[in-house]
This record gives sequence, C-alpha cells and structure tokens, in this order.
Amino acid sequence: MLAVSVNHIRKSYGKKQPIVALDDISFDVGKGELFGLIGPDGAGKTTLFRILTTLLLADSGSAQVDGFDVQKDYKAIRSRVGYMPGRFSLYPDLTVEENLSFFATIFNTTIKENYDLIHDIYVQIEPFKDRRAGKLSGGMKQKLALSCALIHRPSVLFLDEPTTGVDALSRKEFWEMLRKLNEQGISILVSTPYMDEADLCDRVALVQHGSILSIDTPQQIVNGFSYPMKAVKSPNMLQLMKNLQRESFVKDVYPFGEYHHVVLQDAPAIAALQNFVDDHKEEQVQWRDAEPSIEDCFIALMKNT
Amino acid sequence: MPVVQLLLLPWAADYEIKHIKLAVADHDHSEYARQLIQKITASGYFNLTTYTASYQDALLEVEKDQADLVLEIPRGFEKDLISESKAQLFMAINAINGVKANLGGAYLRSIIQDYNSTVRTEWIQSPRFSPEVHINVVPTTWYNPLMNYKYFMVPGIIVLLITMVGSNLTAINIVKEKEIGTIEQINVTPIKKYHFILGKLIPFWVIGLLVLSIGLFIAWIFYGIVPAGSFITIYVFGAVYLLAVLGLGLLLSTVSSTQQQAMLFSFFLMMIMILLGGLYTSIDSMPAWAQWITKFNPITYFIDVMRMVVLKGSSLFDIRLQLLKIFGFAVVFNGWAILNYKKRS
Repeated sequence: MLAVSVNHIRKSYGKKQPIVALDDISFDVGKGELFGLIGPDGAGKTTLFRILTTLLLADSGSAQVDGFDVQKDYKAIRSRVGYMPGRFSLYPDLTVEENLSFFATIFNTTIKENYDLIHDIYVQIEPFKDRRAGKLSGGMKQKLALSCALIHRPSVLFLDEPTTGVDALSRKEFWEMLRKLNEQGISILVSTPYMDEADLCDRVALVQHGSILSIDTPQQIVNGFSYPMKAVKSPNMLQLMKNLQRESFVKDVYPFGEYHHVVLQDAPAIAALQNFVDDHKEEQVQWRDAEPSIEDCFIALMKNT
Repeated sequence: MPVVQLLLLPWAADYEIKHIKLAVADHDHSEYARQLIQKITASGYFNLTTYTASYQDALLEVEKDQADLVLEIPRGFEKDLISESKAQLFMAINAINGVKANLGGAYLRSIIQDYNSTVRTEWIQSPRFSPEVHINVVPTTWYNPLMNYKYFMVPGIIVLLITMVGSNLTAINIVKEKEIGTIEQINVTPIKKYHFILGKLIPFWVIGLLVLSIGLFIAWIFYGIVPAGSFITIYVFGAVYLLAVLGLGLLLSTVSSTQQQAMLFSFFLMMIMILLGGLYTSIDSMPAWAQWITKFNPITYFIDVMRMVVLKGSSLFDIRLQLLKIFGFAVVFNGWAILNYKKRS
C-alpha cells in the first residue's frame, strides 16, 4: 500500500480570473519513504499539503493518504497523519508542556504512551518545558511543532517548509531527526524551497507553477542532466556573463555562488570554451569542472518548459 | 470595565429632568402672579433664570440657550381671575431637547393646575352639592413606589454588560485562532466540531455568570437594589441567556475572517439590539415593525425578565415563556455556529 497517492489533482483559486495552484498533479509516495517536494514559493506546495491533510477540497482528481480517500474518509486520515504547517501554529500562550499534552489529549493519547517516538526531539526542548511556546526561538518552535505533530504516532507525516527561517545548524539537526523518524517506519512528505535539502530525501519532485517537472531520486535527477557544465569566473563577472551569452556554444549561463555555471551545447563545445578563455586573456577568465547539482537540474527543467 | 460602566451609566441614564431653566415674562406684577411663580420655583424642578416684563426679552434668553421655558403672565391676570373666574397663561417651550421640552412642559402644566385648584378652594365657597362633577385621581405606583429611575435602569444595564462581555469575547475568539493560524493545526486533528464549539463556549459562560454576579453585587452595594424575586430565577435565566449570546458571538466568529471584522460586526449588532432592547425607550411606543424586530432580540427578553424579577419578584413560572424563547435562541445560534464552522474550505 502507498503512503500517499495523488491522481490528477487540480486546484485553482478565484472565480473571475482563476489562478491555477495545482495543474493536473499525479505522484505516489511509497511506505516508509522520505519524499521531498522541492520548488520555489508559489509553486503550489502548500495547496497540495492542505488537500492531502483534508483542509482543502481539490477541484478535480483524487488522492489517497494511507489508503484512505481525502474526500470521503477524511476522518480516518485526520487521526493518522501528522501535519506541521509552514506557519507556527501552536498556542503561543500555552507552555511547551501544555501544548504537547493538549495535542496528546485531542488525539486521545498521552505523552507517556508515545514518548519513545518524540524522546530524541523533546529532550532538546525539555529544559524549556515551562516556557510559553510564543517565547521560544525559531529552531525550538520547530522542534516543539514536530513533537506535537508526532504525539499520536502518525503513519504519514506532512511537513510544510519546516526549515524555512531556521538557521543552518538547526536545519541540519532537523533533517537528522527526520531521517531517524523515517527509520522508525514513518512515511514523510516534506516540502522545501532549498535545493540543497533535496539530496537528503529518498525521492524528490521538482514543482513549478503547479506542475511537476520531474520525479526521481536526487541521484537520478542529477544523472539526467545530459549537458557538459563548467564553472567560470573573472574579476568582472557581469561582463563575463554578457560575453558568454553571445557565444553560440553556450546553452545557458547563470550565476552560481562565486562562479558562473556555463551549460554547454555538446561535448565539442568544451574546446570552444577553452578558445573563449584564451581570447579573453586580458579579463583573467578562469574555468574549472563543475558537477551538476539539483539546482542546475531545476534551472534546466524550468527553462525547458 | 463593566464595573465602571455599571457605576457610571445609571446616573446618566436618568429621565427625571431637573434644573429646567425658566424665564418668566410678567406683565401683571400682581400678588397672584407672584404666588404662582413662587410655587413653580419651590417645586425644585425649575430654576428661575430670568424675570422680565417683556416677552421679547424672555425669548431672547431662549435663543441664547439661557432658558428652556418661557411663561408669560398677561396683564390683568389677577383681575380676570377674580372677576371672571378665569385667566390665561402663555407657555413657550424650547424643543431642541425633545425629552426636556416634553417633561418640562408637563411639569409646569401640572403645577399650574395644582395652583388653580388651590386658588379655587381658597375663595370659592363650595356649595353642599358641587355644581360640577369633579373626578379626583390619586395614583399609586406599584413595584417601584418612589418611581426611582435607578431601580428601573440598573437591572437593564446589568443585562447590557453581560451581553457585551459575552458576545464580544466569543466573537473575537475563534477569529483569533484563524489569525494566528492555530485553527489550521486543530482542523487536522480528529476533534469534533461540537467539541470545539463547546470548548469555546464553557469558559466564557463561566465568565459571563461571574460578571452577572458582580453586577448584582454592585447593584446592592451602590444602589441598594436587592431583587424582590429569588436569585435562582435570575441565575437560571442568566445561564440560558448567556448560552444564546455566546452562541451569537461564536456565529459571528465563524463568518468573519479577521478580528476587526468580527468586532465591527458585533458592534453594529449590539447598537441595534441595545436601542431596540427596551432599556432606554419603551417598546410599546415603537412602530409596529420595530416591535416585531424586538421579538427577535434576546436583550429584550432578559431586560424584561430582570425587571420583573428584581422589581416585581416574579418566579420561574412567571417567566417561563421568556425562558423558552431564550432557550430557542440558544439552540438556533449555537447550532448555526456549529454548522457554519467548517474544518475545511
């Protein structure tokens, strides 16, 4: 049985000039998978999460979570999924412990019963258990929210941009926690706008403008990048980019950290790039090999559509 | 806050008009005229601000807002009264403040009438059989013998207070959850809709009953008002009434999406409900269509019941109809709120 199965889901907002949020989306998430939805803001990630957690009705199409239909069996879904919305949505005037026991009670369980599941996470915020949730730092809020989403031992966990606005170290810790939960058999669907987090998922779907550009393991997606790519830099980066855009052997060039990534048309174009560098000696152009990342794939896929 | 309101409002909401500024234009300057003026000022309702011999001067005072009433005593007032047994007086009233004009006029008229009969008994020898039929009316006022306005207003104001506290608190409550996003997390839980609404209802219900108790306490301490009926009657009705008002607040809360919206909505409704509630103006004197609206106004019933119980000592049996209607309101508002609260959009 699949953890999540989405078939031709469509959703648009507004009546006069509808804005399409999801355009015929279909994908499956296997049991025990850590699945990432990667895409920029406004790609439709949150809308999809709201449909899957039964908060929103799709215009057409169907979806199952843990084998239950999101439209008909929404009650069954609500008691077996954990949802962590992108916005912090616990009660700010309850303490850490009160929030946790409140959600445990709503799900008809106790903190004790499922303590083993949240232990690793909760132990980090336990020193602050008498502090009001609204007064916690961003990283601690996320940990508390995750604890609350896990308190009823859900079979599927939905995390909507859990690492947005969280510092780099907390992000790393958060992903380690997700991996541990995943090892305990919980299927996880996580969305993020950060491309570098894609590598931490079992499989990812690249989403843009409500459509899926590609679904595969991060490695396969990177392997699918079929063009040779080099990184170039010079003291005058802007001029370098303008010059490269004029060359016919260049398929695409865009800034990437301190280098520009140059996507070449084909293998012989590498020689052409060498010629280009030789021709522009006075500009001190350097180049080196570059491994394509998920971000490069995403940019390539975006430009193809 | 409600305590302060209860301490302030009854003093302002007093219909007794005092300190009416009176201008007298006396063209007669006779003994009888003097007696009349003395009688008027001795009543305590009027302040004689101007005494002139010219009607024009008196009217000028009205224009300057220095006088509310002008009494003109014509030349030969005493002479006519004695020789022809009748005399005329002229009264001009400044009607900018309608209530003041109305009551001031009425007070003055009754004082003059009183004076009239005093004069009559003074020098008319009553024959053995009165030549004219004389009906003398002696009124007694039941339930509020001194016609004390505070006895009448305070119970009504207590009703207003618990209504405002009840409906406003609940109106902004669910909306607040919408605003800070906590409702999102609640909606994905298996919690039942009526559980959620009940969870919102019960704390405010307790607060409402507390406010009612404070109100009754203040009425006793500051105004010496002790309900003639039993406290049980008030609390039973108050408990059901609160359910209705809280239900109304929750209903507003489910239809609004921001706190401002809910506040404005509730403010607008309160305005209408209070003005049509029979606290300040008598419902019987409203036009038929307005009277019809008051039937759908829960405030009307509670003000009615409060006055019945506090002043008249009515029992639960006497107010059973009102109780039943309020219970109906409670069921409708809360049921509607539960139906209207959707866990998904």
